[in-house]
Amino acid sequence: MVPKGEFRSYYGMPVLNQPTWKAADIAGYLFMGGLAGASSALAAGAELTGRPALARPAKITALGAISLSAAALIHDLGRPERFANMLRVFKPTSPMSMGSWLLAAYGPLAGLGAVTDVTGLFPRAGRAASCGAGVLGSLVTTYTAVLICDTAVPSWHEGYRQMPFVFAGSAASAAGGLGMIAAPPAQAGPARRAAVLGAALELGAVERMRRSMGLAAEPYGAGRAGRLLRAATALSVAGAAGAAVLARRSRTAAILSGAALLASSACTRFAVFHAGVASARDPKYTVVPQRERLEARAKEPGAHRAPDPARVTAPG
Amino acid sequence: MTTAERPGPALQPEMGFFTDTSICIGCKACEVACKEWNRIPVDDMGLTGMSYDNTQGLGGSTWRHVAFVEQPLPGRTPGDGHGGHEHGHGHDEHGHGGHGSHGSGGHGGPGADLGHGGDGRVVAAGELGGGQTATTGDGGSRLRWLMASDVCKHCSRAGCLDVCPTGALFRTEFGSVVVQQDVCNGCGYCVSACPYGVIDQRPGDGRVFKCTLCYDRLGDGMEPACAKACPTRSIQFGPLEELRARARERVGELHRAGVGEARLYGEDTEDGVGGDHAFFLLLDEPEVYGLPPDPVVPTRDLPDMWRHAGLAALTLLAGVTAAFALGRGETRRAPRTAARRGAAQAVRRAARAGKRGMGR
Ligand code: SF4
Ligand code: SF4
Repeated sequence: MVPKGEFRSYYGMPVLNQPTWKAADIAGYLFMGGLAGASSALAAGAELTGRPALARPAKITALGAISLSAAALIHDLGRPERFANMLRVFKPTSPMSMGSWLLAAYGPLAGLGAVTDVTGLFPRAGRAASCGAGVLGSLVTTYTAVLICDTAVPSWHEGYRQMPFVFAGSAASAAGGLGMIAAPPAQAGPARRAAVLGAALELGAVERMRRSMGLAAEPYGAGRAGRLLRAATALSVAGAAGAAVLARRSRTAAILSGAALLASSACTRFAVFHAGVASARDPKYTVVPQRERLEARAKEPGAHRAPDPARVTAPG
Repeated sequence: MTTAERPGPALQPEMGFFTDTSICIGCKACEVACKEWNRIPVDDMGLTGMSYDNTQGLGGSTWRHVAFVEQPLPGRTPGDGHGGHEHGHGHDEHGHGGHGSHGSGGHGGPGADLGHGGDGRVVAAGELGGGQTATTGDGGSRLRWLMASDVCKHCSRAGCLDVCPTGALFRTEFGSVVVQQDVCNGCGYCVSACPYGVIDQRPGDGRVFKCTLCYDRLGDGMEPACAKACPTRSIQFGPLEELRARARERVGELHRAGVGEARLYGEDTEDGVGGDHAFFLLLDEPEVYGLPPDPVVPTRDLPDMWRHAGLAALTLLAGVTAAFALGRGETRRAPRTAARRGAAQAVRRAARAGKRGMGR
């Protein structure tokens, strides 16, 4: 038996190679992608319910954010000039491949929506594009969770059931926050409610994720990831409270609450990023859960592999 | 559902490595041969100070890595009065009879019968297969050296291959997994998807690199450079089925010789990666060598991941719909009642679905 918390390793060195992704690029990509996708959903709703002063900034945000997120993704490549190689295959086993195609479909729709709104040209096509972008946008916000969870990185992979909900909530609160900043309070009602609902979903899903992922939850409470997550929670609670109570009457309160929600969403993405990196750096998060899994399997009735007779207790 | 299914043209058997670490002498001929044949640039030439291993691990410029473990002999725990806690400097006492008295007797573990010849000699690797063993002056063994040449496992279900978005990684006719360097765009996804920490980006180049199982040599009917260079035949190359049979035989042989801790790693086709094309005979737990004890290909859970992402996307749409539906009367152009009712129903349905999804 391995006593709890004790494990063996090769001189404490990590089992996994460290993610090559840079924090600003990839966490930024997660944040921007979420902001874009949820803004498109908000824009579609505003378009359909006659709130042009909300629809326009949401569409422009979607286009700007998705452009920035694509730029961040390309910047992160070791060979940026080869980014188009992602479009030479369609590969369902690769979330990055599926994501590339999703962005290839979503980006032009978001662009068309924003450009037709600003120029007033082709209003019908613009409306159809905005609705399409709204639907695809919901997938843009959650596919990035699959992207990072489909790795061997413990604090990403073990959270794969809740991570898409964390990202959906975080994206909705960010897009709501932006809507509160950019639209006059009379038309920003849906943005306020999306922000509050999003913040609630995010806080709940983070809590649920941390409870269900075992040892891999630890990095979310420690070090840089822990600090970022605590900041995200505080900003989220403050921003949501402001959105619910004050933002309808005061434009200043709306702008402050919106900014807090945007900052909270960014903090969440950086927290998730850094928690994953921390879990890849320490062999504990790889070895201990796997060891426990093996031992649980050995105890199962009918286990075909007998427990090892030669368990050694000396430290490696 | 994966692209990792083996192609296996009828006439070409799957090939692989069987690395028998019990006869590895840690000479690193494999590391050197690999570097030379594949023209891999030097990497950090520093000294680690932790052991004789200054290579440290596999990476973009290291495709074979010889691990070096120094540990007290199995069966001697720090608490049993045999100085297990002295590991790390125990070999300094080699030959100093004065220290030997508390090192003798009590050969409790299966490995404890190894390597003490009564004459205080160090048992050569391969003689019994228990790893290199250092002894004290009176012949009582105190610590052992484990050496193991690590390499890409060429997993039957390879995480790196599954997630590669450019198709740069592919499965060869030999069953191995190879990067096409002219296609890789350095996205780094494969690096995080490898459960063994093998493939890595080469700094300054941007692309990823790893063992190719000497794809170029195989095409010409030669064995990989490392296997060719290995002086003890610790690294064996051949058809996978043949290697597996040979490996099982070798474990039996070692068990009969009293080396109870010998075990195979990565040969089981039922494991989390569908079995490795490069598998090992180890003398201790995998994690002691820096290997994951129960690796699983991340894409095993991919269908479930997409299901959750889909439910979360629906939840988002439902939430946004609710944000609008709850605001009736807020604007002059409120949506018609029927549409509102329909929307509210959709919201409730999706919210329920979302809740269910998150719990699983
Ligand atoms: S060990 Fe890692 S790099 Fe090698 S085939 Fe398996 S997943 Fe790919
Ligand atoms: S870094 Fe290269 S080999 Fe690895 S997943 Fe990206 S494109 Fe494929």
